Amino acid sequence: MSDKRVIALYTLPALLILLVLIYVPIVLTAYYGLMDWDGIGAMTFVGLENYTALLSDGMFWRSAYHSLLLALFSVGSLVLYLAISLILASNVKGANLFRKIYLIPMLLSSVAIAQLWLRIYHPTNGVMNRFLTSVGIENPPLWLSDTSIVLFAIFIPIIWQYAGFYIIIYYAALKNIPAELEEAAKIDGATPFQIAYKIKLPLIAGVMKVTVVLAVIGSLKYFDLIYVMTDGGPSGASEVMASYMYKLAFRTNDFGYGSAVGFFLLVLILIVTYLIRRATASKEDQVQY
Amino acid sequence: MKKKALIPALTLSAVTLLAACGGGGNNEAPADDAAASANEPAQEDVTIDFMHLWPAGSSPDHHRIVTDIISEFEEMHPHVTVELEVLENEQYKNKLQVVSSSNQLPDVGMTWAAGFLEPYVNGELFAPLDDVLEDGFRDDFVAGTLEAYSINDQTYALPLELNIAPVFYNTAIFEEHGVSVPETYDDFLNTIDTLVEAGVTPIALGNRDRWTGSLWYMYLADRIGGADALNSAIDRSGSFNDERLIAAAEGIQEMVEHDAFIPGFNGLSDQEAKAEFMNGNAAMYLIGSWDLPNYTTNEEVPQEFRDSIDFFKFPEVEGGEGDINGWVGGPGVGLFVAENSDVKEESKEFVAYFTEEWGKRSVEDAGVIPGTQVNTDEVDLPDLFISVLDELNNASSITLFADVQMSSSVAETHLNMIQSLFGEAVTPEEFAEEHENALQADE
Repeated sequence: MSDKRVIALYTLPALLILLVLIYVPIVLTAYYGLMDWDGIGAMTFVGLENYTALLSDGMFWRSAYHSLLLALFSVGSLVLYLAISLILASNVKGANLFRKIYLIPMLLSSVAIAQLWLRIYHPTNGVMNRFLTSVGIENPPLWLSDTSIVLFAIFIPIIWQYAGFYIIIYYAALKNIPAELEEAAKIDGATPFQIAYKIKLPLIAGVMKVTVVLAVIGSLKYFDLIYVMTDGGPSGASEVMASYMYKLAFRTNDFGYGSAVGFFLLVLILIVTYLIRRATASKEDQVQY
Repeated sequence: MKKKALIPALTLSAVTLLAACGGGGNNEAPADDAAASANEPAQEDVTIDFMHLWPAGSSPDHHRIVTDIISEFEEMHPHVTVELEVLENEQYKNKLQVVSSSNQLPDVGMTWAAGFLEPYVNGELFAPLDDVLEDGFRDDFVAGTLEAYSINDQTYALPLELNIAPVFYNTAIFEEHGVSVPETYDDFLNTIDTLVEAGVTPIALGNRDRWTGSLWYMYLADRIGGADALNSAIDRSGSFNDERLIAAAEGIQEMVEHDAFIPGFNGLSDQEAKAEFMNGNAAMYLIGSWDLPNYTTNEEVPQEFRDSIDFFKFPEVEGGEGDINGWVGGPGVGLFVAENSDVKEESKEFVAYFTEEWGKRSVEDAGVIPGTQVNTDEVDLPDLFISVLDELNNASSITLFADVQMSSSVAETHLNMIQSLFGEAVTPEEFAEEHENALQADE
């Protein structure tokens, strides 16, 4: 009996913090989303008006599209991370050094990364365009001011930023696979590619699923690097849902509408997470070594 | 050298020369003196929470003056302690909004004029300060600056800064390529063409920040349509579909066609653009007079560069209604007192004292043109400063920054449209139409 009480006592602080810092704000956001409020003065209840406005708000859908693109892009880049991890985990020379190199961006703050890439992309003095002009390209792309490429110019640093994080996860999972399995496969004459595809990947399917969910959620709520590098511009060409929400709430003093966008984002993330889990829940049988 | 230049009275629409009262010579200062507080019975200790946006790192001079004024004020009023909280500009704005929504504003803080101020006043969060302005204190301010912080004839903040935006240019680059200061817009385009042919970037512009591009549009609007075209479009007595304003938008795109602006300007911040100008990679740079220290007193900037910088007035457009002495500018931050502060009286006293002292020191010590009148006889200033103050004397009009005039949601549309206009993503007609839609939605 006392056990239960002790357990309750021990979990209470964490639970309180979680409630106050996460769940209460979520409820408040949902509440503000039903209001017409400038964040400063008095509130007026408008019901679902913010949400109907949201459905016909072109800029919102544009930013949602950008967020989804980022999510697809991030999931796509997981393949790259996985390939790198497979190579690193197969005991190539210098694997440890490379693991550390990939990890470096993880240690930098987003703002520092943004500053670094701003210098890389600088239209005239940037490393990128200096290089391009030196190899004879007359008018190199204006990475951050050309509305047709700015989004992808921003995706690249994001991919670079998270490489270390996912590679560590994959690497650890791959290292956990007993060596006997690989040896047995080799004796049976399997090629390295077959080993990777038929043995290793199925064994880390659970981890892969988690990383897909993480990448999608992370992309949908991504904000900081974009905010520093382009501020969603030019003319909204790199606006994502979170940066749009921020602008509504803090720049145009449309706190109610901004909260509605925020709450919509939360619901969207929950739905997407659920769908991913459903889609990948087919082979939940535990692998027996 | 000292020149007799008194900053004149100035209204945001028309300027008349007044004999200034020799700034700060007002004996009826609202701050009470130490003797008065000594006669009173021991007062309860109070704390004034003061939030400002000049960190020691990025604005060392401002920060130092603030700290000095505070310690003097605390000395005069032993029972008062001023608690500081300092944030960078953007964080400051966010924090102000967040604390205001939970009604926890600092007792004294900084606010911007017009559009920024409005929701705070409507929410009854700022205290009217007209009682502070009695006893002639009102007359210490450059006429028209207080109005920018007034709503329904009540003043809600005391201005600390006043700026106009000249076109700074690098005389060395101009001489090297044999171009002179353009008098008309056509000259200006020729100047731009000459520089482009010589392989020089004519204008540094960091349009990621958007208000920077807005300055260019505002000047063209002023020179083509006169001082009222843009103002009346914003206050709805006119319209953005006014052909003069459309012509201004066309002028911007014409400049873009002529490669007037630095490559990639829509992706560059103002800081990055400034760096190009400061490194001599661009010939011209349009920015507020708050940048004057960089070209005069800032020891971190090479002397040679500082000596080569001058400014010119935005050229006239032939056939336009504007006057070459019309400026774009306006007051920057001002001090407010929170309506529900529990130390309102002390806070008001502090704000009055601070504003007055700031006016005496800010030009000399930090290169800030204050909202109060400066007696140029008493201050020792670089020539470039004196020239700007003289221009302020002769200004025929000062148009308040467009994004400051507008409500925040219209301002956001305006700034986005500016970026699109410069990036040639919209036509001048679409530019006008979007403004009209935003203004109508806002009514």
